[in-house]
Amino acid sequence: MSAATFAEEGVAASGFPLLTALVLVPVLGAVLVASMSKRRPEWIKLTAILFSVFTGAISVWMLASFKTADAGFQFVSKHEWISKWGISWHLGVDGISLFLVVLTGVLFPLAIVGVDPHHDEKPYLAWLLLLEAGVMGSFLSLDLFLFFVFFEIVLVPMYFLIGGWGHGKRVYAATKFFLYTMIGSAFMLVGIAATVLLAKNSLGRITFDLVELANDSNFAASTARWLFFAFAIAFAVKVPMFPLHTWLPDAHTEAPTAGSVVLAGVMLKLGTYGFLRFGLYLFPQAARNSRAIFLTLAVIGILYGAIAATMQKDLKRLVAYSSIAHLGFIVLGTFAMTSQSISGGVLQMINHGVSTGALFLLVGMIYERRHTREISALKGIQSVAPVFAAAFTLVMLSSIGVPGLNGFVGEFLVLIGSFLTARWWTVVAASGVILAALYLLWAYQRVFHGEPDEDNKSFAELKWKEGMVLLPFIAAIVFCGVYPKPMLDRIQPSVNALISHISDKTGYVEPQPASTSQEAHP
Amino acid sequence: MNLAATPFIAPSIDWFSIAPMLILLGGGLVLLVAASLTPAWPKHLYSLSTIALAVATIVVTCIQWGRISDSGPRFVIGDALAYDHFSMFGIIVVCVALILVSLITDDFVRRESMDGPEIYGLYIMAVIGAIVMIMSNDLIVLFLGLETLSIAFYVLAASNRRRAESQEAGIKYFVLGGFSSAFFLYGVALIYGGTGSTNFGRIVASFDFVPLHRSDSMVLVGVALLLIGLSFKVAAVPFHFWAPDVYQGSPTPVTAFFASVGKMAAFAAMLRVLVIALPSWKDDWRPVVWIIAILTLVIGSISAVVQTNVKRMLAYSSISHAGFILIGVEAAGHAGGSSADRGGMPGTMLYLLIYAVLVVGTFAIVSVVGRTGDAATDLGSFRGLARQKPLLALALTVFLLAQAGVPLTSGFIAKFGVIQAAVEQHSYALAIVAMVSAVIAAFLYLRILISVWLADPEAGDDARETVRVPVSTAIAIGFCVAFTLYVGFNPGWFIGLSETVVNVASPAFGG
Repeated sequence: MSAATFAEEGVAASGFPLLTALVLVPVLGAVLVASMSKRRPEWIKLTAILFSVFTGAISVWMLASFKTADAGFQFVSKHEWISKWGISWHLGVDGISLFLVVLTGVLFPLAIVGVDPHHDEKPYLAWLLLLEAGVMGSFLSLDLFLFFVFFEIVLVPMYFLIGGWGHGKRVYAATKFFLYTMIGSAFMLVGIAATVLLAKNSLGRITFDLVELANDSNFAASTARWLFFAFAIAFAVKVPMFPLHTWLPDAHTEAPTAGSVVLAGVMLKLGTYGFLRFGLYLFPQAARNSRAIFLTLAVIGILYGAIAATMQKDLKRLVAYSSIAHLGFIVLGTFAMTSQSISGGVLQMINHGVSTGALFLLVGMIYERRHTREISALKGIQSVAPVFAAAFTLVMLSSIGVPGLNGFVGEFLVLIGSFLTARWWTVVAASGVILAALYLLWAYQRVFHGEPDEDNKSFAELKWKEGMVLLPFIAAIVFCGVYPKPMLDRIQPSVNALISHISDKTGYVEPQPASTSQEAHP
Repeated sequence: MNLAATPFIAPSIDWFSIAPMLILLGGGLVLLVAASLTPAWPKHLYSLSTIALAVATIVVTCIQWGRISDSGPRFVIGDALAYDHFSMFGIIVVCVALILVSLITDDFVRRESMDGPEIYGLYIMAVIGAIVMIMSNDLIVLFLGLETLSIAFYVLAASNRRRAESQEAGIKYFVLGGFSSAFFLYGVALIYGGTGSTNFGRIVASFDFVPLHRSDSMVLVGVALLLIGLSFKVAAVPFHFWAPDVYQGSPTPVTAFFASVGKMAAFAAMLRVLVIALPSWKDDWRPVVWIIAILTLVIGSISAVVQTNVKRMLAYSSISHAGFILIGVEAAGHAGGSSADRGGMPGTMLYLLIYAVLVVGTFAIVSVVGRTGDAATDLGSFRGLARQKPLLALALTVFLLAQAGVPLTSGFIAKFGVIQAAVEQHSYALAIVAMVSAVIAAFLYLRILISVWLADPEAGDDARETVRVPVSTAIAIGFCVAFTLYVGFNPGWFIGLSETVVNVASPAFGG
């Protein structure tokens, strides 16, 4: 319907509409999968894989043709949608969203290939593809209304995935996830309406366009504070930040493996990405004024997540709590507001997606073999499945943040960047790195070391197919750990542009580390 | 005023302007008389003739729409009726609802072996009452419409003679509806006493030249009583107690009719009375509407959550929807019907259009799941629907997600419209309460969806009668799904349509 017109106009405007394709190809795949006959499951699976791989290929192609030094939005596609209300189909990608889009594009095919839902494949795959479209759209939207549409629509497929293919208390977890996130969005919707209608005074017209609003609108400080909080609640629930995090352990634990991978890999980043794209960019002054609150909550999240993770009996729940801690680092970096800390935060979003995604896959594999995730029921796996243990070790070390692997680069950048502007928060947060080593190594020791008992003796070694699914994750972990420069080269210009936008709007002067300033003035 | 001395002069009648009513009235009477004099008609014919009447009415209304666009809105029949886009929009909504409800009713009455022309005749009479209410420019005329509508509703509620619940619903509705009509009529009398007229134009004008203080207690009590009467009709808290019982007890297609036509007519009347007739007292009634809206939103959605019968759930959900629509009324009140109103009236009308289609679609599915006897409407009856009828389950999912306000459905556009209107008038608290209560209500829709998609089958499920979806119900459901999704993706045209309703034939603002 409207898809056709978008595509046509896009071709006329700026060549092949890459970003629109990123959103619509998975939708098309979902529709196709949903309309196929149930009797040929292998065809259904093949279609889903093809469409997700195709989407991934588009995202990689976009990465290859991305202009490295350009800080602005690229591949922009803009068409009128609901012109009466000033709403447009406005997509664009910059350094901040680039790798999140690529991660989404790559993670979904891996999750589809690597995880078997065991029943009702057809709706499962259709929901996954719809979810991919929603996540893509959220990362690409440059229109407040459009962003809200995607941000909210991802709840529906995720709800059905958790509720339909999850474990244990799946319906409870799915409902909790849906309602929690929707409460946050409720505030954001009112915030969006208020932002647009109040900006009408300074803009002279109604528009939901993010770039126009960020550049041309002026809000009174007190107004901006409320608007910022309305957005921040939605993002804080999504991240999730302490104390709005309680949906996450349930959703993660009960979700099917592919759901957990996607949830941890990309969906949580909707929150941290939202803070950068809509919080700091639209309301820089309000974000600066309230940074103490968010820094404190981020640090609490880091410590709380780590301590809670230590005490978990369920391996998957442990990984879920570790996510709260890791995302605390990203929020810390975001609100420390230095170029290094934000770049580190963006990098950490990708790193967390890769390592936690891989961790969830590995935990899923353990569950497939043993039908339990209880740490106490697992023992001595290392001696019966050494390759599996090696893969787990590498991913775990990346999650801990060991130098040479990807987790280190992001965390380190966040910490040194934040140290300049949020010293004491950073000092406390740094202890979270040690705690991460504590809970993961302790869990590893209990699960993999020792002599396997009767139940664990027959633990199967890593299969060829499982290895192929894990390989891209491991490659990314090592590559980003050893040579993060290509990523930082693309992230940093946009982050610097964001910081200079904040400086222009609020007179904020980014403190420079002593060594950098010496290099600048030799 | 020296009424006694004035000789009665019959007003000139512009027959074309009331053509929608005439078509329905004439057609409805012919249908009733002809059907009672002839043996039972072949199946589908009663509902098809009703649908034909509604389609004819819509066609005439569209022609009228064009004429009003050319020559502007005006008053007809001695200023008793308003001939404007607001009226036309309302008429189209009730006629569309009539078509959809007739489609569902057709299958329903044959399944319950109560086929006959009566139910359709009552539908048509109720729609005529609704049109009178929508067009009214005089409190007495409005009351006539209200009574025509209500009396047809009472009988409709009790029209399933085999179910005691249906009788009970009819009696309850009748007794409580009678009370509310009395409140309304008393309010009319007091307003007449205070301002000297029941005509909206003269009520507005009285504020300027009758030496009358705004805090004149007689008028204020009158406004309060009118508000009570109308709040009862829209089922706003605390005047909502009839709704769950009546919705549950009435035959399911009739419930759909109440929720669509009833809401449209009552809210149109509320806008006419409050925004067009009483803008001078808006500072008095707006806070009341504000409080009623908040109560309706919160209590409607919270009480919906604890229900176990789907029809009852949907009754409470319709109460919480009424709260949303009241937000639009409140926003319209700020502008007092002037052209400064950018969102209130259009938002309200758009919500009513979208909700009418949505609610008929939802009840159409409830009606077929209710199976023979129309009684299987508890949550358990929906268990396993996804396995039995995946398409039907998908349609229900679309409707329920739309009612929850999920984007890319019409329900989101409706909610966003009124939220925008509220925010424009700086009613932030109202907007936030509304959105939060929408989340509470979402839990209720999720409960139904859980039963449809996720609940494990239980013993005895296979012994239940299978759900059949007859053709005409399928057509109605298909249309509602298509409309819900189309408006969700591409609402531009409908938003434009709803924005024309602010050009009301309004005495205060140069109509």
